Amino acid sequence: MTSTFKMTLMAGAALLLAACSEEPPEAGGPGGNPSSIGALDPASVAYFQQTVGDRVFFETDSSRLTAAGQQTLVRQAAWLAENPAVNVVVEGHADERGTREYNLALGARRAEAARAFLAAQGVAPSRLRTISYGKERPEQLCSAENCWSQNRRAVSVVAGAPTS
Amino acid sequence: MTRLLIALLLILPALSAPRAQTNDGALEITVAGGEFEPISLAAPGFFGAPGAAADLAQRIRGVVLANLEGSGLFRAVPPEAFIQQIDDFDSAPRYADWQAINADALLTGRASIEADGRLLVQFRLFDNFAQGQVEGLQFFADPAEWRRIGHKIADAVYARLTGEGPYFDSRIVYVHESGPKGQRVKRLAVMDQDGENHRFLTDGRQLVVTPRFSPVDQDLLYISFERGEPQIYLLNIATGQQEILGNFPGMSFAPRFSPDGRQVVMSLSQGGNTDIYVMELATRRLTRLTDSPAIETAPSFSPDGRRIVFESDRGGGQQIYIMSASGGPATRISFGQGRYGTPVWSPRGDLIAFTKSGGGQFAVGVMREDGSDERILDASFLSEGPTWSPNGRVISFFRESAGANGAASLWSVDITGRNLKRLTVPGAGSDPAWSPLLP
Repeated sequence: MTSTFKMTLMAGAALLLAACSEEPPEAGGPGGNPSSIGALDPASVAYFQQTVGDRVFFETDSSRLTAAGQQTLVRQAAWLAENPAVNVVVEGHADERGTREYNLALGARRAEAARAFLAAQGVAPSRLRTISYGKERPEQLCSAENCWSQNRRAVSVVAGAPTS
Repeated sequence: MTRLLIALLLILPALSAPRAQTNDGALEITVAGGEFEPISLAAPGFFGAPGAAADLAQRIRGVVLANLEGSGLFRAVPPEAFIQQIDDFDSAPRYADWQAINADALLTGRASIEADGRLLVQFRLFDNFAQGQVEGLQFFADPAEWRRIGHKIADAVYARLTGEGPYFDSRIVYVHESGPKGQRVKRLAVMDQDGENHRFLTDGRQLVVTPRFSPVDQDLLYISFERGEPQIYLLNIATGQQEILGNFPGMSFAPRFSPDGRQVVMSLSQGGNTDIYVMELATRRLTRLTDSPAIETAPSFSPDGRRIVFESDRGGGQQIYIMSASGGPATRISFGQGRYGTPVWSPRGDLIAFTKSGGGQFAVGVMREDGSDERILDASFLSEGPTWSPNGRVISFFRESAGANGAASLWSVDITGRNLKRLTVPGAGSDPAWSPLLP
């Protein structure tokens, strides 16, 4: 339940930011998230999600990492270097505007794009796994571009760190 | 599922004596074409001795008529219109009386409980204009199987009068959906083709998608996220036994049986790249069929097992291709506007069903194997995932409505585009897969 609540908070923050941005913002990032000020252990999962930024976004039917996405992944790699006991599952997701099986394949491409970038940044491949959810687990539920752009994502889910 | 004992019901001498030359083509309908008139069928009654037999007879008649009228190819003549009052299974039809009310065909039946407890059901089908009995069968079964007898009778009538293969005695497996859009609970469920005998096959603890029926028995392939990455599972719905198809490196998905049920064609993803493989079930030997950096998925065998239709984005966007069942070069067949995916070869080989997207809509349609004669059968915010009835005459698919409260629903449509209707399931449903005819 706690994690669902956090996800909702974070999504809300992302939506606020989206209103004044051309491209979907990577969650968190330098400057931080208002809800996280002063409260988080830098080694925690919550810090990784909210301050480092746990996800990157993609254009429609694309698995190419955007410049903003690459910046997020550079921060993720740096954080993972600081927290060597943490392993990562990179989840690849698609929006609802594709067929189910194609979207599973597309989600696999997106997860791999993020995984390969993290590995190239020096994260040991043995710490990185991928999983595609296709269109099965949208985070934003409306049927419009402002939701779909948030759902076309690769999320780095970390395990082995304190939760907050 | 027990096998029904079916035997030809001999034409009674009294009925066959004045019988005119049977005109085999008298009632055959034309599948294509703009004008269409359903076959009018009079079914005065299914008779039985008062009690259990009479009750079952009426219920079986109800199943027969619901199937035939539900196909969109038949119209039941209301009993008020009848001139001849048939009140006995062995009554001879007065064809002129039935012709006068434009009843093309006449169906009568009888049910009885035998001394050994078995249910015996007999029926006769008459062509009122050719003036003769054109079909007659009898069935022995456990009385609990009365619905299947109804399906069998409807199949016999349908096949005899339309010239199409039977399909009513079949089932549909699908993914039952509940819970909010971001956290859907998905369970495999199976039901008779008319929505009856619904039961769940999985409990919803694991996310499951895309079940596929074996064309020869009651085995299913489906995808479960049970181990994290999506993997293909094999489930026998009669015994409940299930197993993972193989320990593949990476994700395995998009499975379909070969027409003989001995092979599975599927997609495996490794390093983010998705290709098509085929596995022989007896040996679990795996053969790679495509090898490109493109997404190659949704493979489906031709009914003769010699070719495979699939989707690929090797040309830039999602399109449909055909290759040999042993791999090698592929020919693109979809050239319309938009993206094409989920190709499924009709069991009778004449058409390939697909999902097409573009212009903010998703549509389900059919085309020939050279891509010609494309026909869209349903379009909506999301219409996806066609599956063929065993006779290749009807398609089932799912829709999903837009928005945070959007929900999935199951539909069927005739390949002519007529008779679009929603299937009745308890709640929301997606990913239908039609079974072969039951054994």
